[in-house]
Amino acid sequence: MASVRLLLTRRCCTALKTTTARTHVSYEVKDNVAVVRINDPTSKVNTLSRHMQAEMVEVMNEIWGNAAVKSAVLISRKPGCFIAGADINMIQACKTAEEVTSLSQEGQKIFDQVEKSPIPIVAAINGSCLGGGLEFAIACQYRIATKSKKTILGTPEVMLGLLPGAGGTQRLPKMVGLPAAFDMMLTGKNIRPDKAKKMGLVHQLVDPLGPGLKSPEERTIEYLEEVAVDFAKGLAGRKVTVEKKKGLVQKIQDFVMGLPPVRKQIYKTVHSKVMKQSKGLYPAPLKIIECIQTGIEKGNAAGYLTESQNFGKLAMTSESRALIGLYHGQVTCKKNHFGKPERDVKKLAVLGAGLMGAGIAQVTIDKGVATILKDTTEEGLARGHQQVYKGLNDKTKKKSLTTFERDGIMSLLSGQLDYRDFENADMVIEAVFEDLSIKHKVVKEVEAVIPPHCIFATNTSALPIKDIAAASKRPEKVIGMHYFSPVDKMQLLEIITTNKTSKDTTASAVAVGLKQGKVIIVVGDGPGFYTTRCLAPMLAEAVRALQEGVGPKKLDSLTTGFGFPVGAATLADEVGIDVAAHVAEDLGKAFGTRFGGGNVEVLKMMVQKGFKGRKSGKGCYVYGAKSKEKKVNSGAEDILKSFKLTAPPAVSADEDIQYRLVSRFVNEAVLCLQEGILPDPVQGDIGAVFGLGFPPCLGGPFRFVDSHGADKLVQKMKRFEEAYGNQFTPCQLLLDHAKDSSKRFHK
Amino acid sequence: MQIIEHFMSLSLIRTVLLTAFSFCSAARSLSTSVHLQAQAKSKKTLAKPGVKNIVLVDGVRTPFLQSGTTYADLMPHDLARAALQGLLNRTGLPKDAVDYIVYGTVIQEVKTSNVAREAALGAGFSDKTPAHTVTMACISSNQAMTTAVGLIAAGQCDAVVAGGVEFMSDVPIRHSRKMRKTMLSLNKAKTLGARLSLLGSIRLAHLSPELPAVAEFSTAETMGHSADRLAAAFGVSRLEQDEFALRSHTLAKKAQDGGMLSDVISFKVPGRDIVSKDNGIRPATMEQLAKLKPAFIKPHGTVTAANSSFLTDGASAVLIMSEEKALAMGYKPKAYLRDFVYVSQDPKDQLLLGPTYATPKVLEKSGLTLNDIDVFEFHEAFAGQIMANLKAMESDWFAQTYMGRKTKVGAPPMEKFNTWGGSLSLGHPFAATGCRLVTTVAHRLQKEGGQYGLVAACAAGGQGHAMVIEAYPQ
Repeated sequence: MASVRLLLTRRCCTALKTTTARTHVSYEVKDNVAVVRINDPTSKVNTLSRHMQAEMVEVMNEIWGNAAVKSAVLISRKPGCFIAGADINMIQACKTAEEVTSLSQEGQKIFDQVEKSPIPIVAAINGSCLGGGLEFAIACQYRIATKSKKTILGTPEVMLGLLPGAGGTQRLPKMVGLPAAFDMMLTGKNIRPDKAKKMGLVHQLVDPLGPGLKSPEERTIEYLEEVAVDFAKGLAGRKVTVEKKKGLVQKIQDFVMGLPPVRKQIYKTVHSKVMKQSKGLYPAPLKIIECIQTGIEKGNAAGYLTESQNFGKLAMTSESRALIGLYHGQVTCKKNHFGKPERDVKKLAVLGAGLMGAGIAQVTIDKGVATILKDTTEEGLARGHQQVYKGLNDKTKKKSLTTFERDGIMSLLSGQLDYRDFENADMVIEAVFEDLSIKHKVVKEVEAVIPPHCIFATNTSALPIKDIAAASKRPEKVIGMHYFSPVDKMQLLEIITTNKTSKDTTASAVAVGLKQGKVIIVVGDGPGFYTTRCLAPMLAEAVRALQEGVGPKKLDSLTTGFGFPVGAATLADEVGIDVAAHVAEDLGKAFGTRFGGGNVEVLKMMVQKGFKGRKSGKGCYVYGAKSKEKKVNSGAEDILKSFKLTAPPAVSADEDIQYRLVSRFVNEAVLCLQEGILPDPVQGDIGAVFGLGFPPCLGGPFRFVDSHGADKLVQKMKRFEEAYGNQFTPCQLLLDHAKDSSKRFHK
Repeated sequence: MQIIEHFMSLSLIRTVLLTAFSFCSAARSLSTSVHLQAQAKSKKTLAKPGVKNIVLVDGVRTPFLQSGTTYADLMPHDLARAALQGLLNRTGLPKDAVDYIVYGTVIQEVKTSNVAREAALGAGFSDKTPAHTVTMACISSNQAMTTAVGLIAAGQCDAVVAGGVEFMSDVPIRHSRKMRKTMLSLNKAKTLGARLSLLGSIRLAHLSPELPAVAEFSTAETMGHSADRLAAAFGVSRLEQDEFALRSHTLAKKAQDGGMLSDVISFKVPGRDIVSKDNGIRPATMEQLAKLKPAFIKPHGTVTAANSSFLTDGASAVLIMSEEKALAMGYKPKAYLRDFVYVSQDPKDQLLLGPTYATPKVLEKSGLTLNDIDVFEFHEAFAGQIMANLKAMESDWFAQTYMGRKTKVGAPPMEKFNTWGGSLSLGHPFAATGCRLVTTVAHRLQKEGGQYGLVAACAAGGQGHAMVIEAYPQ
């Protein structure tokens, strides 16, 4: 009773003292345990905003000043989110590195106090515990996490070109060991609760609860709190100890890590690995290594200082801005801007069980939507079915699915050779061969069996949708849905609307795409739409470079050296030389000499010889059974020799080749915006990065123009134009930006 | 030969005696019919026009023993045989009067996979009486009984023996899949070289055996773990669970000492003593119970060894007949078996909520309310599971949100609930428990003078069962 009264009087006091009530952080004292609950009422997730931090400091000081409080529990009231990280906008609002450094130092200071807290603090984690949220949690004395599927722990800062700037680089290595800490911070990967427990990142796990007298989410949080309060009491009464007995393996590892030469070797190895993977284009991983190394080798003070300074420096880099831009873009492209469709798609039909069709079916059924997969031959159907099964089965091996869940998901798939049940389909996506007459035949066949409300989507990578829709009786229901291969891995979906496509059809296609987990751009109709149209000139330039004697390996290293995840020659093999030839020819006809450069006959000849790329075992490279080292296909080299061109020396330096490739890509992207194919630069950047692998560190073609300078790019293009002609003529919008440096695609 | 003759003469005597007895009771029923009619005013009978009245003639069970004790060296069909023989002895039933035998089992002994047939042959039933085995986890013998009811209702049989057996002292432990594969290939290998190369492919890891677990195949979660989560979901405290467990043991002890558990038959275990009592009833103190550590969710769980049902060996059997046939054979039935339902729900989060779902459904079917029920016998898998079910049945929110009902059904009053102990104290041989519940309801109705009883149970797989039982007019 005494403590209750004390609490009441304290509450009155604070109410008198502070005129504004706290909105983000609240607490109550239960049995000498202060339960601190966080909930940002303005957002779906909790972030460590200035407001949140200020209230948190206030609350912590009250708790530390209250002698009746013997321990504390920190918990979020939001189901599915503990703390998702620092407030990115807060960092972006800073103008200088010093400002960001001081932000970092404030965070460090708060968490330092938490770490040195006179009473034990238990972090009770349910949902995402990321970035600053994780740094907060690991500053606490004890961590309990729910085993919910939504519970993930991690330090994703590196993916934004930043580093854990509130003590994370200093505390994590001590907690989980050097190798695991490097792994977490350099990859930014999410860690599931079971793994977190094994790593020593959390002390206890709590099972999520099912239905009871309240909703499972609500009751699970309550239960987590009850368990955490018990542990807090145990810690205060010294019945629970934080230190875990170390196993032999752990002892040996600690001993080995205690040897300076070993650590030195680790730093070296990690550094060279990072350099190899990032080509030195990303500064954040290197800074993270520096912070960890400084902390361990030179002590805490130096470590924390390096961390805050590096954090400030990174926040000002163009790479970080590019990555943060992509993050925001991705958030925008994960929303439906066309409103709620009139009816949900409950049954989807996919035509063609090829690589694409099966991939689309897989990402649809695993979201619980019944799907028909139709093919014309039994072999084709069996192959597609197996692809879906394998995709799901691989997940069971990784334990992200149980075999029962896999079977349940597979039961939603109906493989068939006829049009049975199409009368119940809400949407049909065709992924048949890229040939207009075949597509027309399919449109007519399908429209004869589907109900009036059913949407007809076509998964084509280059054929204009209006040409396909020409065969339709109801063009308002026809839309393009351009998926990228492999569908279950590639995040992008490019949706193409014609001027006849209805808004509801678009809304429905976006809704399906979002359900499938895609990042979506919606673009206008035209040959190659947006993505294919940007890729084609770059591939044409790549073919020219090959004809000029740049070998496939050299070409690959030039493109990956610029930041593309896959080299241009390898990309052509992945896309398929036949597809590339097809697209190059089609778009060449549509756009004329601007799409010239390499000779299409090179590709055609390769197709003729059976060098269709990876799928046929030979393309630019030979794909052996299991050998890691790719060998250049000598047959392809012979073809290239027969089409040999002389490289003009003025524009054939390594950097020139890189910019020839990239500038044609970028110019075409800007032209798409100018022509209205692209609605805005954000979708242009997202499409290029997520669909085509445009270097993420550059943030997409539009952000690249902004950061590189349109004038500089135009200068380079003019030089290339002199050597090669109109393929390098900058478009008007690019020229406008070059003329007026205040014009920018992104603010 | 001598022994058989002895038995035959014994059963003859029994038949004679029984016939005599049934004459008596027929006479008595005549004399009490006036009284019965008076009772029928307040409580109607559940007989439905056009539906055969089906009765429980009698039910028996072997003593339920903790696994690894006196029954340790038997096989499942031995226990089943004991129960069947016990039923024959108790009812004096001519062996060839049985049309069919249905028996339940959960953990199968592969040698006797149709344990019903093996046990029936061993128990001396006519080899012309077919027998089949059913399995439905902890409601296997309920399924056996309702299968019997179905056979009789459909007019295919008149007298069916149902029952169930579980033998946890010995469970099949298998070789690993890889080892089995190698061994099966070994059978087919023709040459010595082929055999040797197969033997050479055996690795140490292949030798590690596969142990059966009381776990859901679909979720890989053990039942105790699920029960602990269920208890937590309904906010059932450790104290509540321990109190309920203690109640079960205390009531069971009282029932045992008071001679209420008349369904238990004595069983002379070969090579051992005669067993005539359940051996798992152990009333402890709350302090002793509080000392135990959680058994499944560690360290903060609430389900312990003491508030869970323990691994048990045991078998049960009942004789079910059409009323006509029973009366024609001179039996005085114990109860009518009336409406029953099976339900199923999410095997992960609602694994053990069967009684909550089944109870309102079966009451509705019978046109009864909870208040009409005089005797409740629920299967006690875990104290936490019972408490969670009681709370769920008491919750309008749960009824509306998860069961699509307008209101709660209500929780049974404790003074009518499992008053002779339950699975927590008497033991829970999975497939034998259902018959125990039904027989206990019949006996309690007779003892307490009630008219309606309700049996409800949960089972692995997220399934459940409930049955309404009506007392046979005395």
